[in-house]
Amino acid sequence: MSVAFLLNGTPVRVAGEAPTRTLLEFLREDRGLSGTKEGCNEGDCGACTVMVTDAEGSRALNACILFLPQLHGKAVRTVEGIAGPSGEMHPVQAAMVSQHGSQCGFCTPGFVVSMAVAHLNGDRVHDDALAGNLCRCTGYAPIVRAAEVAAGEPVPEWMRTDRAAVAAFAAGEAGAFRPEGSDELAEWYLAHPEAVLVAGATDVGLWVTKQLRELAPVAFLGGVKDLQAIEVQGGQLHVGTGVTIAALREAVKERIPSFGEMLRRFASAQVRNAATIGGNIANGSPIGDGPPALIALGATLHLRRGDEMRSIPLEDFFLEYRKQDRRTGEFVAGVSFPEQAPALRCYKVSKRFDQDISAVCGCFNVTVEGGVATAARIAFGGMAGVPKRALAAEAALLGMAWSEATVEAAAAAMAGDFTPLSDMRASAGYRMLTAQNLLRRYFHELNGVGVSVLEVLP
Amino acid sequence: MSMGKALPHDAAPLHVTGQARYIDDLSVANALHLAFGLSTVAHGEITGIDLSAVRAAPGVVAVLSAEDLPEMPDCSPSAEDEPLLAVGRVHYVGQPVFLVIADSHLAARKAARLGKISYRELPALLTVDEALAADSRFEGGPVIWAKGDAAGAISAAPQVVEGSFEVGGQEHFYLEGQVAAAIPQEGGDMVVHSSTQHPTEVQHKVAHALHLPMSAVRVEVRRMGGGFGGKESQGNALAIACAVAARRTGRPCRMRYDRDDDMVITGKRHDLRILYRAGVDEQGRILGLEFTHLFRCGWSQDLSLPVADRAMLHADNCYHLPHVRIESHRLKTNTCSATAYRGFGGPQGMVGIERVLDHVAFVVGREPLEVRRANFYRGMAAPGGASPPGPPEDISAKMKGGSEEVDLTSRGAALPVGSHDLPADGAVQTTPYHMPVEDFIGHELVAELERTSDYRARKAEIAAWNAGSPVLKRGIALTPVKFGISFTLTWLNQAGALVHVYQDGSIALNHGGTEMGQGLFQKVAQVTASVFGLDVGKVKITATDTGKVPNTSATAASSGSDLNGMAAKAAAETIRARLAEFIAEKHQAEPSAVTFVDGTVRVADAVYEWEKVVAWAYQARVSLSSTGYYATPKIVWDRVKGTGRPFFYFAYSAAVTEVVIDRLTGENRVLRADLLHDTGTSLNPAIDIGQIEGAYVQGVGWLTTEELVWDGKGRLATHAPSTYKIPACSDRPRDFRVKLWGKPNREDSVGKSKAVGEPPFMLGISALYALSDAVAACGDGGVYPALDAPATAERVLMAVRRVEGV
Repeated sequence: MSVAFLLNGTPVRVAGEAPTRTLLEFLREDRGLSGTKEGCNEGDCGACTVMVTDAEGSRALNACILFLPQLHGKAVRTVEGIAGPSGEMHPVQAAMVSQHGSQCGFCTPGFVVSMAVAHLNGDRVHDDALAGNLCRCTGYAPIVRAAEVAAGEPVPEWMRTDRAAVAAFAAGEAGAFRPEGSDELAEWYLAHPEAVLVAGATDVGLWVTKQLRELAPVAFLGGVKDLQAIEVQGGQLHVGTGVTIAALREAVKERIPSFGEMLRRFASAQVRNAATIGGNIANGSPIGDGPPALIALGATLHLRRGDEMRSIPLEDFFLEYRKQDRRTGEFVAGVSFPEQAPALRCYKVSKRFDQDISAVCGCFNVTVEGGVATAARIAFGGMAGVPKRALAAEAALLGMAWSEATVEAAAAAMAGDFTPLSDMRASAGYRMLTAQNLLRRYFHELNGVGVSVLEVLP
Repeated sequence: MSMGKALPHDAAPLHVTGQARYIDDLSVANALHLAFGLSTVAHGEITGIDLSAVRAAPGVVAVLSAEDLPEMPDCSPSAEDEPLLAVGRVHYVGQPVFLVIADSHLAARKAARLGKISYRELPALLTVDEALAADSRFEGGPVIWAKGDAAGAISAAPQVVEGSFEVGGQEHFYLEGQVAAAIPQEGGDMVVHSSTQHPTEVQHKVAHALHLPMSAVRVEVRRMGGGFGGKESQGNALAIACAVAARRTGRPCRMRYDRDDDMVITGKRHDLRILYRAGVDEQGRILGLEFTHLFRCGWSQDLSLPVADRAMLHADNCYHLPHVRIESHRLKTNTCSATAYRGFGGPQGMVGIERVLDHVAFVVGREPLEVRRANFYRGMAAPGGASPPGPPEDISAKMKGGSEEVDLTSRGAALPVGSHDLPADGAVQTTPYHMPVEDFIGHELVAELERTSDYRARKAEIAAWNAGSPVLKRGIALTPVKFGISFTLTWLNQAGALVHVYQDGSIALNHGGTEMGQGLFQKVAQVTASVFGLDVGKVKITATDTGKVPNTSATAASSGSDLNGMAAKAAAETIRARLAEFIAEKHQAEPSAVTFVDGTVRVADAVYEWEKVVAWAYQARVSLSSTGYYATPKIVWDRVKGTGRPFFYFAYSAAVTEVVIDRLTGENRVLRADLLHDTGTSLNPAIDIGQIEGAYVQGVGWLTTEELVWDGKGRLATHAPSTYKIPACSDRPRDFRVKLWGKPNREDSVGKSKAVGEPPFMLGISALYALSDAVAACGDGGVYPALDAPATAERVLMAVRRVEGV
């Protein structure tokens, strides 16, 4: 492996490392940049947040589950690089001091980097920008006050230098397999079907940091630009497998607001900036959040094996727990779905609103014409071994008057659709009851009744 | 005067730039790295240990198990029942069985997974019911403290309210996990860096493990990345392991737990079940009350006894309980050993009595705040004026003006129906442990908060809103806090400090307290600077070091600034007195006429620069260094009898929390919180408010989203932040209003301030009862919500179903 990137403005070249060496280890062990902290080593606490810049812009990422080859040709800025060249504090740093935003200080570097990235990008929705940074001391109030104070200050000049520097940076060839296009990927993967394909590494990262697995061979998909596009064509959104959840959210938040709102609560900014929709699907999680919404939208999945392409309804991809309809050497190339879905509602129920895995994720898309339900797609995550449609419930709605009685009949029918499990997120009984109640919620919401605790203001 | 200023945390500029050093950031040349191999069964006899694959793994230098350590070091802070590595048996899933010493952290972790340990599994006691049935407990039997005749008062009462309440534990989730490093010194001495709230204990345990005198071990702690009680005893194992490995290898050794290991190995807040039975009158006044606490303590004793004691000591909270009996079981189970956590049992005791009040208010159909107030201790701030109204017939039955309460039933008299045991004007009411409550300000403080939070109007508005909202329901609650300040182990209430004034006028400050983010160092520096009339910038804060100040108590029990502030003040005053005497002599003045103000020393008409006076004093051979010492006065406590004055004073507080719930899913969130907190005369209002805000959110987390789940095999299922959910940024109240009460402590504490670390944690209890209020709004008033904690969405939904009668 040979990887080149800019680190706090200075080019570094790393060779001879395992391709799964994490940026966090490299910063702390090799570079003595100990400001970036290890809090959880799984991308859930944000203490290791760094800023990564490429041609598309700057974003916050978790260094603990970021492999060095993912950084090839990019610029990394750590907390040590957030202050100015002569040591002057960034406005978010000064505000964190003046607003008493640090107590024990261990989460602080990660917060500072997340805040500096949001400040650079003009993002003022602090709760969303900071959802991936946990603080146990302050209760967050002074941190948000600091973000608000800093928002009024201009972006320091040095924060803009990475963008230009990275454009001028000649990183050269990466030693690790890092295809530049889908054809190259398809050919290589056919020859190396045992390989692990790494896109954002938000899941694969944990195979390394928690399961301590050695992965080989590995291909890094960050350079496959032709699979990172979103196109609108014939009323459909065609989303490449390498599109990040952050980019997908941008694409759908106006068109399909309920899907966009669910993606707002998908993990955290750091994870959304790394994770891809292809990874979210191919991973085959029974929860996933992306798949239930996409199934309710009637999405089509595109798979590629060598030169062979095929398209299937997304729900058919998930066969059983962690088993998908994916042949040897075949990979997820993209997904297509309608660009409008006015009746779609996505409900994510989890212990915590932000950055949590759903206990139940229910997505409803029922067409009512002349008071009658004429089409229905209802899909759930967390209710079975795979993301799954509630076919019995759908059948109980179809052709019936859209009424409370019909909804009750469909809720009762749903009991036949699923046999959920009990785990640390919820009991089977809660999952079943909540799934049925989400259908009731959907009915209330379409009738204009307030159903979201997130929309109640003090 | 730097005391009382709202200065930022002393290390804030280092925090925000990434320069603040934590133990894992220290560069230690030639260091080895350690990891534990952990047990995979909850209870079992070890029948074989095969570590050949561990020894053969890349980077491994040595592997130790019980057979390599014939004298197994002990890690326990109390009962010497925690071997560093399991000997013969394992007692919980996650217990360290062997120790890997390797040339990198990752190599040690990887090798630790390769151990093959075989067990003969034994029955595991995982729940309080199983432990009770097996009579598996610490101490011979339950601890029982009583005042009056609870059973008699309950049977004579017009109504009895009873129930059972499950209260979950809590993972500390300090952002910096447990970590230590040991660096061998010449002659066998050891220097240990430990992320610990209790450096002296680490020193003691390491010395014991290495057969060294304590003087040969030096422990240093510059800062922790959070502690919350989780680093009072739980860091011992890492420090001892590092010291033992450093002794054997002759090389520096360091160890940090990976987060998942940290959550599996270390203790958490105790979970418990609380049984209660209250006899009440029609107004909801508690005439008699019985509590049973069933604490799940885990496999070793650790700090469980004082934790469970403190729960008993807070079973009254702000409420006068004339006849009360508290029975506390400390049950031994095959789970991680529950330990100290902010509040140290106080929150568990307090959430129990608040449950009783909530339940009583529901049963008697009165506004919960009114029921709470009717049970408050008598106000002492304005004798006769601030006391709650009591039924007139009670007064005549009481002794007038005495300092002791009269307990009618204990003398065989029948309890008058409706009695509330109100003493006559001026009489002091006592706690269940017979301590007079002399400083109760609950009436005034709650009245003020009720007004500023607009509680009544909002309550009415919420009822109207709920009537028009079929799916979403809002709720509101006000709960108070009275928290006792002092260690209940009396000898711990002492502290030392060391102050040096250098000849250039700069000052170095050291004391026995540790910095875990709470701002202790800055507060004590402010106290010290104030003694000399200097800006706090003159005072260099130095790392806690057992070589500088010996025999320190844990930084715990909220006592850090009370104890160390006083000790540092004493040290500084000694030096100031010497300087005053020296300068006074030059002017033929009395030393008392010398003042230290704004960086100057003044006597008669002369004004000297501080630096000049120090330089002169040095040349005149005046000692410019001093230790200081403090021991908390007035404390007397008999733990066995449960009587005395365990606390120097009480800290008071109250919160109003408003929530909204979804009756279809149980999802819920805090909308607004109004907190009013008594920190006496604050040493640093910014730091105090930070403690209050942070503690509140942590307290709400304990009672809402933070759910610990063990499976049927005793394995912790929630061992990472992906499954254990502490509050995130958006979980803080949308509208968050925090105010300080601002009146001086009536006791002679440092600067008349009050301790602030733990008391505001219990303000989070208001969120639980606001949720209960919202759940009740889903029913017709016939069924009490009986909401257990943590009130996850699932538990809220189940409570909604109960009140709906489904």
